[in-house]
Amino acid sequence: MNLEALYQGLLRRFQWKSIPKNRLFWPLIALGLLLLFNLINDPSFFAVEIKDGRLFGSIIDVFNRAAPIALLSLGMTLVIATGGIDLSVGAIVAIVGATCAYLIQSGMVESTVGIVAIAIVVSMIAGAWNGALVAFLGIQPIIATLILLVAGRGIAQLITDGQILTFNHAGFEFIGGGFFLGLPFSITLVVLAYVGTHLVLKKTALGLFIVSIGSNPTASQFVGIRADFIKMMVYVFSGVCAGLAGMILTSDILGADANNAGLWSELDAILAVVVGGTALTGGRYYIGTTLIGVIILQTLTTTILTNGLPVQYTHMVKSAVVIMVMLVMSVRFRNEIRGVIKPKRDKSGTSK
Amino acid sequence: MNTKYLPLFATIAVFLLLYGWGGVQFENFFSMRVFTNLFTDNAFLVIIAIGMTFVIISGGIDLSVGSMVACVGISVAVMIENYNLHPFLAFAIILTSATLFGAFMGFLIEHYDLPPFIVTLAGMFFLRGLSFVISLESVPINHSFYDAIADFSIPLFGGRLTASAVIMFGVLIGAIYLAHYTRFGRNIYALGGNENSALLLGVPVGRTKIGVYALNSFLAAVGGIVFTFYTFSGYSLAAMGLELDAIASVVIGGTLLTGGVGFVFGTIFGVLIQGVIQTIISFDGSLNSWWTKIFIGLLLFIFIAMQRLMSSGRAARFVSKLRAKPIKTGN
Repeated sequence: MNLEALYQGLLRRFQWKSIPKNRLFWPLIALGLLLLFNLINDPSFFAVEIKDGRLFGSIIDVFNRAAPIALLSLGMTLVIATGGIDLSVGAIVAIVGATCAYLIQSGMVESTVGIVAIAIVVSMIAGAWNGALVAFLGIQPIIATLILLVAGRGIAQLITDGQILTFNHAGFEFIGGGFFLGLPFSITLVVLAYVGTHLVLKKTALGLFIVSIGSNPTASQFVGIRADFIKMMVYVFSGVCAGLAGMILTSDILGADANNAGLWSELDAILAVVVGGTALTGGRYYIGTTLIGVIILQTLTTTILTNGLPVQYTHMVKSAVVIMVMLVMSVRFRNEIRGVIKPKRDKSGTSK
Repeated sequence: MNTKYLPLFATIAVFLLLYGWGGVQFENFFSMRVFTNLFTDNAFLVIIAIGMTFVIISGGIDLSVGSMVACVGISVAVMIENYNLHPFLAFAIILTSATLFGAFMGFLIEHYDLPPFIVTLAGMFFLRGLSFVISLESVPINHSFYDAIADFSIPLFGGRLTASAVIMFGVLIGAIYLAHYTRFGRNIYALGGNENSALLLGVPVGRTKIGVYALNSFLAAVGGIVFTFYTFSGYSLAAMGLELDAIASVVIGGTLLTGGVGFVFGTIFGVLIQGVIQTIISFDGSLNSWWTKIFIGLLLFIFIAMQRLMSSGRAARFVSKLRAKPIKTGN
């Protein structure tokens, strides 16, 4: 066997050219570059040590901190897939946080299961409100969810009476601060949520329905998909994801700050989804790349912090990265770049 | 009556109702001072919301205005205090760079077909970050010009019109002229109505889009400068969430977020409604500030639901039915 020929054959068969077209390519390149920078700059970024049977290290920290946004982005991905957007998730985080803190502090509900159940019901109601406005009143999603974004923090403040509620509750603390299999429990929650959602979407027709609604709601309704109902459910799901994120955040700091809990997190979630390659126009969803998008943004933040760059630069770097990622995904920008690197050879137009 | 004016009338009616209710409820609420303070306190928001109106009519959105206000404030303060520039020079520099910044965002949106939501979101992060980089602390402004601004006021039937309010009315008149009496204004409406049709009709879509974002950033910067007249300082954390107040005002003012329909004149009432709610809450004393948010959310809902009914044609039919009846009202 001629090894040289085999090698050449493999090289020919492997479709190098199709790689950049893969939707995972650009997000992964971005993440790879970030990690490479960290590897060169400070290899201890990758160090993971075991203390008391728990894992510690910058990487674990990235995942742990990314957990709330990862959950928000999961719901957001599906909402965006149906052609919508959910601006209210940050407000739902605040409402759920306030609810949990109030329940614990006032001693109304003792059991963790009870608190979690009530919190989930509250987040479902919030999501159902959004969903009803979008699906049944036919209001544009960006405005429909704007209502709760504006009013939500007011409602959260109403619950906490304008105070920052703090509490101690061993069971509830586990959600955001506990460890499971050596990893922070919040990571477990994220993994469960992503795997569960993936299975439900792929093993049932639900994923197809969502994409179909996002591409053409009217046509979907005509082929017999209950577009209204599914849209509604997607917003409820987004609400529940926000509720989970709210519980993690509240349990992590053992307090509820109605003003600042989850502030701007809706924007972070939308960014993560977009960086992950899901277009805002709907009709597509990529749960896996969304998660990569979340990790990119969190790695970026952590990198800035661990490198001693002043925190104030985080926002600027973030915005630059977002614009860069968006530009790379823009067809026109790619063509222009291609034009600069490889000027069109002739007028025959065969340069594909 | 034309149905397109219905949201505008509804907004004005809500304003009058709220204002009237406040007057019945509280003593001195109807004083001219309270009324003119409404303009002074909300001048910056009106100016910003007017810019937002143009963007929304064009079918876009701009999330960067709140950060723009903070960034303008801190830049102006630092230029005047640390570099001893005359305020006018500082204003000129800021207004120029803000307009260029807006044009750049418009360029990204137009040329590369990026979603306005994401581009202006990045703009929001960038400007907020830039303000943090310029200064984390609040920078007070001490300059004779600012003292003169503070002293300036036009007495008006017992109330007083401050410099901020005067600038606001200037912007309002300019904006109404721009929207309804210029080619650029018509192009904005055409663009928001249907971009493809506009393009086919020969509307310079690209130029108009870039122009709208430049105009909006310019107005946001004017709003930021007026905001410094109000606070006498620049602070990088100022005006958090202002973009939402602006968007809410525009929606309450009767502009459709789908683009193509709306009035600058309605927006000012959208802002004034929020201002009246705040005034009522401060007059009442027992209500907490968060009721403002809840109430504005409720108003938003009512207005959006109303708009929805109108665009589905039910209200239009209702109005035409009214007109068909031989009731003599006015003409």
